[in-house]
Amino acid sequence: MLTLQFVPYSDMEALNTDERIKKLLGIVKSKSIVMMQGRLKPAEESKLIQETMEQIDKDFKGIEICTIYPEDKEMEAVRKIKKEFFRFVLGNRDGMTIVGPSTVIKEIKRDPNKIQLYTFSKDSKKSKRRR
Amino acid sequence: MLKLITEYLQSFFSQLFGSKKKIKLGFYGAPNAGKSTLANRICKDWVGEELSTVSKIPHETRNINIKESVTVKHKGKELTFNVVDTPGIATKIDYEDFLKFMNKSEAKVRAKEATKGVIESIKWLDNMDGVVVVLDSTLNPYSQVNITVIGNLAARKIPVLLAANKIDMKKGSVKKVEAAFPQYKVVGISAEKGTNMEEFYSSLFKIFK
Repeated sequence: MLTLQFVPYSDMEALNTDERIKKLLGIVKSKSIVMMQGRLKPAEESKLIQETMEQIDKDFKGIEICTIYPEDKEMEAVRKIKKEFFRFVLGNRDGMTIVGPSTVIKEIKRDPNKIQLYTFSKDSKKSKRRR
Repeated sequence: MLKLITEYLQSFFSQLFGSKKKIKLGFYGAPNAGKSTLANRICKDWVGEELSTVSKIPHETRNINIKESVTVKHKGKELTFNVVDTPGIATKIDYEDFLKFMNKSEAKVRAKEATKGVIESIKWLDNMDGVVVVLDSTLNPYSQVNITVIGNLAARKIPVLLAANKIDMKKGSVKKVEAAFPQYKVVGISAEKGTNMEEFYSSLFKIFK
């Protein structure tokens, strides 16, 4: 059985970097796939990888991670300013981060607007889920 | 004649005062993207000897390797780099992936060393003056490793050059890399064959002028 756990932004916003990573890895190590609203900061992503490497053992082989987020480049200036203002006030809730155990997720393929999640199936053929 | 005298005086004074700035240039990217092959190519081109061992087995480089004082010359100018070849970044390491190349106990040791190598690579990010992110141009460039490395460098304001490696291969595509990271300078190269290295060096000089 494949378990997807949604983590809303409100669950993460009050946590510091270490607590966020601990929470994400805790879920992933229970063999669930996290779908988190928003994105980690770049430094948090590298810290997550670092912590993952430290915790690798015979049962936990690492993670697959993927973020998708809307591109701002073609947005009008006024809309951009509005968006930045709301980000400042409410936090950056744009996009989504998917993290799962590498023993469950075989591969994540992404392009800017689409994610393809390949999981290991019982007959070890690739099974595909699309978002 | 005047040029020779100028070069001699520059060299004399820089040696006398030790004022030559060395740029710490890191090589990052996913395993088997060609980081060590490129670092070797640069070292071989300018100091005549290689830096790291290269193989088809993933995570061949598991320690930080440094070649100091690699002076690169281009159009009458020169830059001196400390070339830092890193194990690169991975999000997963499974000893079973190495079993087709070695026995179980060797594979477990290699996996353990590889995890430490990734941790070292991340720690070294803060020490770099500039980074060449090496991408395998035959693969999808939208990998999270590439995105995380480039995002971290941008957040640290570290100058970045993207090397789309393996352009000599049939599936190699510089355009895909350029489309994925339009805000960065991308140079298509084959580190193994030395293809397009002139443009690579030219881009290095543009970034570190």
